[in-house]
Amino acid sequence: MRGAKSAKWAACAIVVAMAATACGGGSKSGNDDNAAVDPNGVFSYYNTEPQNPLIPTNTNEVGGHYMLTNLFRGLVTFDIKNKLMMANAQSVDTTDNQHFDIKLKPGWKFHNGETVTASSYVDAWNWAANVKNAQLNSSWFVDIKGYDDVHPDKGDPKDDKMSGLKVVNDNEFTVDLSHPVSTFKDRLFYDAFFPLPKAFYKDPKGFGEHPIGNGPYKMEGSWEHKVQLKVRKFDDYKGDDKPKNGGIDFKFYSKDDAAYADLLSDKVDIMYQVPNSEVGKFKDDLGDRSVSQPFGGNTNVGFPLYNDEWKKPEKAKVRQGLSMAIDRDTIAKTALKGSKEAATGLTPPGIEGYQANACGDFCKFDPAKAKELIKQGGGVPGNKLVITYNADGANKEWVDAVCNDIRQNAGVECVTDPKATFQESRQLITDKKLSNPFRMAWVMDFPNISNFIAEQYRTGAGANDMGFSDKGVDDLIQKADESKNIDDANKIYYQAEQKILQEQMPSIPLFVDHTVAGWSKRVKNVKFDYQRQAIWTDVEVKK
Amino acid sequence: MGRFVARRLLQMIPVFIGTTLLIFLMVYSLPGDPVKALFGSKAADPATVARLRHEYGLDKPLLQQYWDYITGLFQGDFGQSFTGRPVADLMAEAFPVTIRLALFAFAIEVVFGIGLGVLTGLRRGKFLDQAVLIFTLIVVSIPVFVLGNMAQFLIGVKWKLVTPTVQDSTDLSQLILPAVVLALLSLAYVTRLTRTTVAENLRADYIRTAVAKGLPRRRVVGVHLMRNSLIPVVTFLGTDLGMLMGGAIITEGIFNVPGVGNTLYHAVITSEGPTVVGVVTVLVLVYLVSSLVVDLLYAVLDPRIRYA
Repeated sequence: MRGAKSAKWAACAIVVAMAATACGGGSKSGNDDNAAVDPNGVFSYYNTEPQNPLIPTNTNEVGGHYMLTNLFRGLVTFDIKNKLMMANAQSVDTTDNQHFDIKLKPGWKFHNGETVTASSYVDAWNWAANVKNAQLNSSWFVDIKGYDDVHPDKGDPKDDKMSGLKVVNDNEFTVDLSHPVSTFKDRLFYDAFFPLPKAFYKDPKGFGEHPIGNGPYKMEGSWEHKVQLKVRKFDDYKGDDKPKNGGIDFKFYSKDDAAYADLLSDKVDIMYQVPNSEVGKFKDDLGDRSVSQPFGGNTNVGFPLYNDEWKKPEKAKVRQGLSMAIDRDTIAKTALKGSKEAATGLTPPGIEGYQANACGDFCKFDPAKAKELIKQGGGVPGNKLVITYNADGANKEWVDAVCNDIRQNAGVECVTDPKATFQESRQLITDKKLSNPFRMAWVMDFPNISNFIAEQYRTGAGANDMGFSDKGVDDLIQKADESKNIDDANKIYYQAEQKILQEQMPSIPLFVDHTVAGWSKRVKNVKFDYQRQAIWTDVEVKK
Repeated sequence: MGRFVARRLLQMIPVFIGTTLLIFLMVYSLPGDPVKALFGSKAADPATVARLRHEYGLDKPLLQQYWDYITGLFQGDFGQSFTGRPVADLMAEAFPVTIRLALFAFAIEVVFGIGLGVLTGLRRGKFLDQAVLIFTLIVVSIPVFVLGNMAQFLIGVKWKLVTPTVQDSTDLSQLILPAVVLALLSLAYVTRLTRTTVAENLRADYIRTAVAKGLPRRRVVGVHLMRNSLIPVVTFLGTDLGMLMGGAIITEGIFNVPGVGNTLYHAVITSEGPTVVGVVTVLVLVYLVSSLVVDLLYAVLDPRIRYA
């Protein structure tokens, strides 16, 4: 009879379950800021399994980056307001933005007790730039003098050291660039420039499984693949940002919905991006344990300027017209439920060098003007607009809404062209095979306007997917890079941004992306920076 | 018997080569360049791409790649993933988790499926029979991701009876929910299948004879009825075990179980040839072996079936 009984129960359970979902709702709970704090408390962080071994110069996606940025501390860092701060460096001096003198704070240690010296940096950079080691981030060293010797386009390297790097003494080294780069100091913040201990070179593969850094946290135990990776407070850490907690367990999820269910049950403590499906209701679920704020990433639509039709000069007007047909504010508030906000240029607010309205009037919603401009430019090629995007990310909502606006307000037929995977759309874009506009998204490497302009709009730049090329813009970028101080550089970059958008508009700026985050009842003092990451060392775990 | 098994084992060789080749070709023809995709939105540095291609053997002709893979396979080398880890290691992590989950689900399916099937078959038309029929109908008609998410939300998030996702896959109590969700669909099929054959065989002549002989009811049901009724059920269960191993992608996703389904899903998304082929090859072997075991079980259940 046991079977029979359980069958009844199971049947009942199903009926109850179906009825209950109809009336299920979230409960609010306040943030108890007065709760006692456990300085050794450990919290967990939603993450995805890293795609590469945990070597700083071989990690270029968030899954691995979030752990590396805790295990390591580079020369410089940015605070929550995007202000450049010295970290492991005592000073980074330059007079011409081409020759740098870097002094280290003495006494910093790696997690295995080894002292961090100038060689820890120089050797690491030489190793990573070497083409033989095939590091994904090797091109970060391209500006350093002698890069071509260790990383020729073809064949084996001529040398294993870049001539631009010289160790002066244990706590000082110099960097010579092949040309001035006004943002080189900012760039030093990126993972690729982290130091490596001697143990790394003996067994890079083993190191990738168990990295040894110089950061506020050290790894504990081994990397449980697809499950979790634990880091704990490193007592010998010499930086200013000493952890106010005991450590972090990075938990790996393959679906963010699963992580969100865990967040609601306090099984994971911080989720930096709630699932797209929950954006509409996460504030109800979490109350003041949630935040939605802009970060250094944007979403645009790029045009194939290598295409015979789109490269005609008069089509700039068509692109600007299309831009004016899009009601960004309404889309951001309704279709996207506040997970993005309207952009007025290529640089998100809060980033160094940002000024509003780089777009001029061309990002303002004005259907009449839109139609007029499109007409002046001779209309959309083929009288139909296709937008290609990858459907494996959270893109469908905004692409549909944008297309809808173009159809309604500009009277141009618009269809979307979803590709199954990021890889598929990426290949079409980088091989320059598209004849229609496409999704173009950018997440900054460092918080400066140059990262949003030079990397995408300079002739032949790495992420210039549009094939955009403009002598005037190139000259401005070069002038900015060569300027002596960063404020001048930022101003010139803003001019370049205006010139790009108001003259040619190779891409339509659409949205600034938001960090849409939530945290559990176990933690407090959770803040997010422009890298879309929590200020880990400041998080406090309640007793 | 021995010759039959030998023949079946030999038949596995062409099936094995055929499937690996097919999967290999399919992964290769997926759109997108997996090496360039490693660079994300950044430009792929050509010199680095060339190095990586060479490292993974992607610069060789396709058939040579396949040949290298197969010869490696016979030496026990499953190749390496783009993360530089041996695929054998990936599988060694994922398979135990999935086997645990699949066997758990399988046990639930067998015990409750056959149990309910026999009970309802014996009490056709009664209340219990009706209730179970409705229950199985509901289960069969609700897609597994609805069932999974609903169970997770209610039992995990709302009532907090279990953790919403699996925190530790070696803890069987945490596997209960995913295992039940995974088992439910097949459980419904098994129940219905058993019920029908039991109800049918109940009217067979040999049962009437057995009852007329005055055999105790336990023996009539347990030996005469069950043994004959289980043949189609065993066929179903055999193939289902293979499906539970490989088809748990959705359930593993919902409950964040780091098993084979998850591994396979990631490998397909990132076009990681060696991982996909490796995992699928093992799954094909599981299928082949379980169907062989089913065929052998026939002979045990039905003495009339003989294998020469």
